[in-house]
Amino acid sequence: MIPVQFDYVRATSLNDALKTLAGGDGTKVIAGGHSLIPLLRFRLAQPAKLLDIAGIKELSGISEYKRGLRIGAATTYRDILDSALVRDRYQVMMDATSGIGDVQVRNRGTIGGGVAHADPAADMPGVLLALGASFNLRSKRGKRVVAARDFFQGTFATALAEDELLIDMVVPPLPRGGASAYVSIEQAASGYALAGAAVVVKCSRKTVTECSLALTGLSDRAFLAEAAAKLLVGTKADPDTLQRVGAAAVEGIEITGDIHAPAEYRRHLAAVVVGRAIRAAIDRV
Amino acid sequence: MSTLFGSSIKRREDPRLITGKGTFVDDVSLAGMVYAGILRSPYAHAKIKKIDATAARGLSGVLAVYTGADLTDALIPVPCAWNLPNADLKLPPHPHLAVEKVRYVGDGVAMVIAESRAIVRDALDLIDVDYEPLKAVVNPEAALKPGAPVLHADVAGNQAFKWVVAGGDADGAFAKAEVKVALTIKQNRLLPTAMEPRAAVASYNAGTGQLTLWATSQNPHIHRFLCSVMLKLPEHRVRIISPDVGGGFGSKIPAYADEALVAFASMKLGRPVKWTEDRSENYKATIHGRDHVQYVELCGTKAGQITGIRTTVYAGLGAYASTAGPGVPTILHGLMYSGAYTIPNIHGTIYGAYTTTTPVDAYRGAGRPEATYLIERLVDTFARELGADPVEVRRKNFIPQDKFPYTVATGITYDSGNYEGTLDKALGMLDYKGFRAEQAKALKQGRFLGVGVCTYTEICGLGPSQVAGAIGFGGGLYDSAIVRVYPTGMVRVYIGTKPHGQGEETTFAQIVADEFGYPVESVEIVSGDTDNTPQGWGTYGSRTTAVGGTAVKIAAQRVKEKAKKLAAHLLEANERDLEWKDGKFMVRGSPDKAKGFAELALMANVAWNMPAGLEPGLEATAFFDPSNFVYPFGAHLCTVEVDAETGQVKILRYIAVDDCGNVINPMIVDGQVHGGVIQGIGEALQEIAIYDDDGQLLTGTMMDYAVPKASQMPHLELARTVTPSPVNPMGVKGVGETGTIAAAATVVNAVCDALAPLGIRHIDKPLTPATVWAAIQRAKGGAA
Ligand SMILES: Cc1cc2nc3c(=O)[nH]c(=O)nc-3n(C[C@H](O)[C@H](O)[C@H](O)COP(=O)(O)OP(=O)(O)OC[C@H]3O[C@@H](n4cnc5c(N)ncnc54)[C@H](O)[C@@H]3O)c2cc1C
Repeated sequence: MIPVQFDYVRATSLNDALKTLAGGDGTKVIAGGHSLIPLLRFRLAQPAKLLDIAGIKELSGISEYKRGLRIGAATTYRDILDSALVRDRYQVMMDATSGIGDVQVRNRGTIGGGVAHADPAADMPGVLLALGASFNLRSKRGKRVVAARDFFQGTFATALAEDELLIDMVVPPLPRGGASAYVSIEQAASGYALAGAAVVVKCSRKTVTECSLALTGLSDRAFLAEAAAKLLVGTKADPDTLQRVGAAAVEGIEITGDIHAPAEYRRHLAAVVVGRAIRAAIDRV
Repeated sequence: MSTLFGSSIKRREDPRLITGKGTFVDDVSLAGMVYAGILRSPYAHAKIKKIDATAARGLSGVLAVYTGADLTDALIPVPCAWNLPNADLKLPPHPHLAVEKVRYVGDGVAMVIAESRAIVRDALDLIDVDYEPLKAVVNPEAALKPGAPVLHADVAGNQAFKWVVAGGDADGAFAKAEVKVALTIKQNRLLPTAMEPRAAVASYNAGTGQLTLWATSQNPHIHRFLCSVMLKLPEHRVRIISPDVGGGFGSKIPAYADEALVAFASMKLGRPVKWTEDRSENYKATIHGRDHVQYVELCGTKAGQITGIRTTVYAGLGAYASTAGPGVPTILHGLMYSGAYTIPNIHGTIYGAYTTTTPVDAYRGAGRPEATYLIERLVDTFARELGADPVEVRRKNFIPQDKFPYTVATGITYDSGNYEGTLDKALGMLDYKGFRAEQAKALKQGRFLGVGVCTYTEICGLGPSQVAGAIGFGGGLYDSAIVRVYPTGMVRVYIGTKPHGQGEETTFAQIVADEFGYPVESVEIVSGDTDNTPQGWGTYGSRTTAVGGTAVKIAAQRVKEKAKKLAAHLLEANERDLEWKDGKFMVRGSPDKAKGFAELALMANVAWNMPAGLEPGLEATAFFDPSNFVYPFGAHLCTVEVDAETGQVKILRYIAVDDCGNVINPMIVDGQVHGGVIQGIGEALQEIAIYDDDGQLLTGTMMDYAVPKASQMPHLELARTVTPSPVNPMGVKGVGETGTIAAAATVVNAVCDALAPLGIRHIDKPLTPATVWAAIQRAKGGAA
């Protein structure tokens, strides 16, 4: 469990970091190291150089932004759990964050690292999708904004270019009077989601008027289930509807099967977590 | 009189261990030390066509690269030490590094020695091995089928042994039986996962010809013996030091190739050599547990009397027979087929099979969990078939309290028991009737509650050495202690067992301190170094207290007898007139004429005034060989709710009432039960080592192998009854494994009880959500 030899540099500023990344020498960013270091130790990743971004101030912290949130990429899960802004407005994010790893993982692991790593069973990608977040990326070449729905491209694959840093994630406000929830069924060993559903709903007199729904853990990436979400709108989220929404959510999705959960079971769990997340969100309205 | 025996003083080893002040093997650092790493096979079964280590040898900092060919003359192959008789046992050679062929993923292929761990790791990547893959076979039953790939040229059909246990007339009982039930059971393969992986530091002194080997060992004297054999060194020139050891659960009993390889390298190179396993290596290279396929049946009367048990078991041994491998699924398993019951007719046929997997050996419980589980599952199935309460069926078949010592049909004699006592206590704690009512009500609302019961007994406190010889165990099973009293009265106790987490630094000190009227602080327990501890056989089979603790007690008594002689002399009194009171020998009737133990220690050690015929000094050695094993027992109950939608199992309550005889330290016993039960729950609900058909271990890290986490486990409600063992003077039994032995059956019985209304009779462990859900789907589809 010893990595291949590598160089290590600590970025002194954002500019400094972007300059190093522009070098084109296969430098890999390290934040909390919770996903990267295991890869290094198994020699599955063998970068020549690590660029530590943990000291860059602009990259961490949670602030109010356009009535929503701006979350720096290097913000730890611990910081998210401690944030009154998140607690008051984004229950879906609290639900997911409190279930990520254990105390140590939450203390050091960052949301940006989790997102950039793009594990298909990570919790947060689903949450950011359901919330309609957009991601600010930057390189020496310039800035760009990528919507969450375009960011996740497959197993460990994202829109990030090699020389790009994820700077922060902008989360719009929930619809007025809306509520949100995240429900997952965890794999017993890793704690990652076998199936997870993130939901944002708005209701008017017990009838759902808006819904956003995203799932994780089921296939090669977290994804938005827009057609399924539409099925919910205009209903009272009765059990039959929830069944239909759950089934629709994974329609056309190629579902993963593995030693922990055959595809058939994951497909079923998807419907279960979708139903439970919707109910939980509605109960919070 | 005793003050410490029976009291829950805190574990004296803990402050050291939990503040990072322990000394584990990996903490040992010697001048000039270099590092070893083992290149392990990525294939389950393959011919080695060529090994090219040129590039590795050329790497700066690499001292040597060894392959199997370098060792054949230098080392005796890794021995198996359990020569199971009457079983046509086949023990093919187990080379330290593979020659010609690899037989499991993790089989050692080459060893690198280098100046740093990092260089070792780089060098391993530079070794080029040309393999020709062969077919793998991972299932023990499949391995014995005609046409299965053959692992060892000299073991036709991969059959390691065929062993039979028989008592009464099982076939006759089945032929006559009113009721018969049968189950097919898979005993999931488990990864022992001690917190500390294995490690070794070897230092060979060419000047003296002495080898010192620091090793993670549960039984350093066994390792001394086996290392001297493998390395062809005289035994008195081998010193094993097993310092603090971070758990073993059986995985640190065996002699492995790796530790001997490290010693070999030190002898070759004249440098101390260190090797430390990492977790992924541990999961491949350290023994696994369980892995049976069992076909089992039980017969009985309509009234609920069990009349017979029959089994055919295929036990996977892995690629080679590990040290105790052949004994675990046979002696420690088949002899326990009577469980806690009077079953007159028993027959079991157990096949040992070589498979292209990591060797399998003793893992917490070692054979007895696999026996308890099949019996307790069968008894539940029998009760269900009869429409009877599983509790009442058990009661009806218990060995009655007044029948002990009781010889069961397999021929072993249980020392003592009161099975109804533990059962009644457990039922009372649960309010069994109340729960049954709640269960019925919940079912009407579509909720699945269940209660599982397991009334177990098990064989431990291994054991009489004479029996060890008769069953082919390649060693004795007595144990030993030296109690040495210093001039100031302070005491050191050198023991032949090797605690590695069980707390005997505390409990053994309690025994001795009581004997001398001392506070526990005046007594230190020393274990693990074969140069200063007497010959012993180690810590496993829940033997340390029942056997080793008894030796401690006897040695302390001998010391005290001598002190008494000296006291009589100094007090000018007759020994018969002395009484031991408040930590002093005093002349009966004249309390001012007294000698405290510390003063006697001084007088014995300076020897200024010894009575005629009494030697100076104050120490004694004792070897204790028990007349029988001990048989702890108990009743575990567990209630669960199964979420039929997801297949998730939630344990609502877990109640364990155990009887391990007299208890030295209740808190430590609770701790043993906690750990044991949690491992059993892990086995029941989430732990399984999975190989694919190519023999690749799919659960090679903790991301996929689900060791229980505290947050996943229920609160445990513990209680005890006390039925002393007649086998040893303290009346103690073992308790290190009872939890694991009982828990898996308890939990699975509870889940099967919950799902019985769906027509589900049995689901194989581990009851993961996916497994339970699939069973529910099958049942709903009408094809249970
Ligand atoms: C024991 C354990 C349990 C876990 N359980 C869960 C769980 O239950 N659910 C879950 O969702 N996750 C879980 N995780 C994963 C955890 O969430 C991630 O490991 C963590 O968030 C990664 O963040 P990090 O800062 O440690 O990233 P690092 O490991 O430092 O980096 C991860 C990757 O992201 C890249 N990267 C990091 N920051 C940036 C940036 N700003 N811009 C561009 N690229 C960047 C790195 O180059 C690297 O490729 C678990 C992890 C562990 C170790």
